[in-house]
Amino acid sequence: MAGTAKSRLTRRRTAATIAGTGDPAWVRWSICLVSLAFLGLFLAVPLAAVFTEALRKGVGAYLESFQNRDALAAIRLTLLVAGIAVPLNIVFGLAASWAIAKFEFRGKSVLITLIDLPFAVSPVISGLIYVLLFGLQGWLGPWLAAHHIQIIFAVPGIVLATIFVTFPFVARELIPLMQEQGTEEEEAALVLGASGWQTFWRVTLPNVKWGLLYGVILCNARAMGEFGAVSVVSGHLRGQTNTMPLHVEILYNEYNFVAAFAVASLLALLALVTLVLKAIVEWRTQRESTELPASTPTSLQEVT
Amino acid sequence: MESPPSSPAFRVGVGRRRRSVLPGFGLTLGYTMLYLSLVVLIPLSALFFKTATAPWEHIWETVSSARVLASFRLTLGASFVAALINAVFGLGVAWMLVRYTFPGRRIVDAVVDLPFALPTAVSGIALTTVYAPTGWIGRWLESWGIKAAFSPLGVTIALTFIGLPFVVRTLQPALEDLDPEVEEAAASLGAGRWQVFRYVIVPAILPALLTGFALAFARALGEYGSVVFIAGNMPMKTEIVPLLILVKLEQYDYTGATAIASVMLALSFLLLLSINLLQWWSTRRQAAG
Repeated sequence: MAGTAKSRLTRRRTAATIAGTGDPAWVRWSICLVSLAFLGLFLAVPLAAVFTEALRKGVGAYLESFQNRDALAAIRLTLLVAGIAVPLNIVFGLAASWAIAKFEFRGKSVLITLIDLPFAVSPVISGLIYVLLFGLQGWLGPWLAAHHIQIIFAVPGIVLATIFVTFPFVARELIPLMQEQGTEEEEAALVLGASGWQTFWRVTLPNVKWGLLYGVILCNARAMGEFGAVSVVSGHLRGQTNTMPLHVEILYNEYNFVAAFAVASLLALLALVTLVLKAIVEWRTQRESTELPASTPTSLQEVT
Repeated sequence: MESPPSSPAFRVGVGRRRRSVLPGFGLTLGYTMLYLSLVVLIPLSALFFKTATAPWEHIWETVSSARVLASFRLTLGASFVAALINAVFGLGVAWMLVRYTFPGRRIVDAVVDLPFALPTAVSGIALTTVYAPTGWIGRWLESWGIKAAFSPLGVTIALTFIGLPFVVRTLQPALEDLDPEVEEAAASLGAGRWQVFRYVIVPAILPALLTGFALAFARALGEYGSVVFIAGNMPMKTEIVPLLILVKLEQYDYTGATAIASVMLALSFLLLLSINLLQWWSTRRQAAG
């Protein structure tokens, strides 16, 4: 739903250049103080609380939380689900952005809106639609039951719901980026005798690698952290259909706070790593775009 | 964004060549449509068919019951207040990040995205711990007689947390695109700093501010994970709509869950439509200006 038309990677950053605006010192100070206090109360304090609560009974108790079989199973399931959902959405993102950015066809803007659709749907509804489709009372429910295939309250349902909520991430980063780069370089490569695949692997992919990485980082963070959608389709069976966020919920509701926050701290670390990687990628693209004017076809030499 | 390819004559020429030279159009578009249909369109249509085939009395009965209406009132109200808080403080944060340089600005800029990156369940239990009567901030609020967690205020706090990046990230590019010369011109014509802000800056960033507000509001409407822990989930008092969908599902009332969900989905699509209109408005204004 972060539906800004421009990719966040390509936006201009001119903060440093207009530092000398005419705000009086007292205005500057009060805006900064109020804003930082607001960020502190809403972002920094809760983040600090995760780690403080996790370590409340010492490092020993903290580490012990991960000795638990159910906790390990939850970690394994989360990795598995992300390991399936993220690659599938990468393939989709590459295919969709190639079709949308490199070709002209009718209904393109409708297609882009449809790709963004999962961001507009509440996580709970994202889970509900799969229950309506594959649940016992759903369309395919009776058929699936007859063939002993379980999707809802089992791992396939969790994977499907995760794919749905992370569906737009890669595509929405790649589409504006590829549109901006146009088709000249690919056309040149093809004229010079490269095959379609060679053109894709050696011209297109290197050109969009940072945008792709950016999309993958966000996609992965959401895939590992999704709670609402997964909560609807998971049967909450310990050790079987519990992902890390669901395991956090169970432990928390059992008043097992140290263990809950211990698992939560892993997810918080994941979030922090995501933010750092994201900042690095943003910084790199920004540097590259200032160093090389975007219109110079630099990778042509590599193809020839 | 570069200027040469956007001249109409050039675009037509390239468009014609494009179709003949680059391969893979059929394959990639076909795969895109297939995957989109399987993952998004068919499951979503299941919701609409379920609603359309359900008995109308049952749907109406569900949606107009006191408990559901109370949850809609809470969700809409808390989302609106949270988006409003974010519009005010988000403008402050975006202004600070774009206009001022200070040590640690990059870190603050990165931290704004924390609500995107932090799994909602983690934000939920963290906010609850902090704002509970025994928590770091909740204890202090309690001494003023304010009950934060397990009240509508708690719901609003969680929704403010979740919506913040939308406002800041929408406003930042708009503030960066402001032409300093216009402000200088206004100042040289005798406008005070406040007048420049009120009559030059606010009109220019208004579309972005409204878009950010709408995005934060839309996200808050559907939010589940970060709210369920801090809300306390008392029927009629602190139950949000997404939770009620889950409650209906747990009671095997599929029609009831579907009815509430389709009302929510209709609201979300209305918001999506207005966000698109807002963006169309702002790009048109940019083009005109």
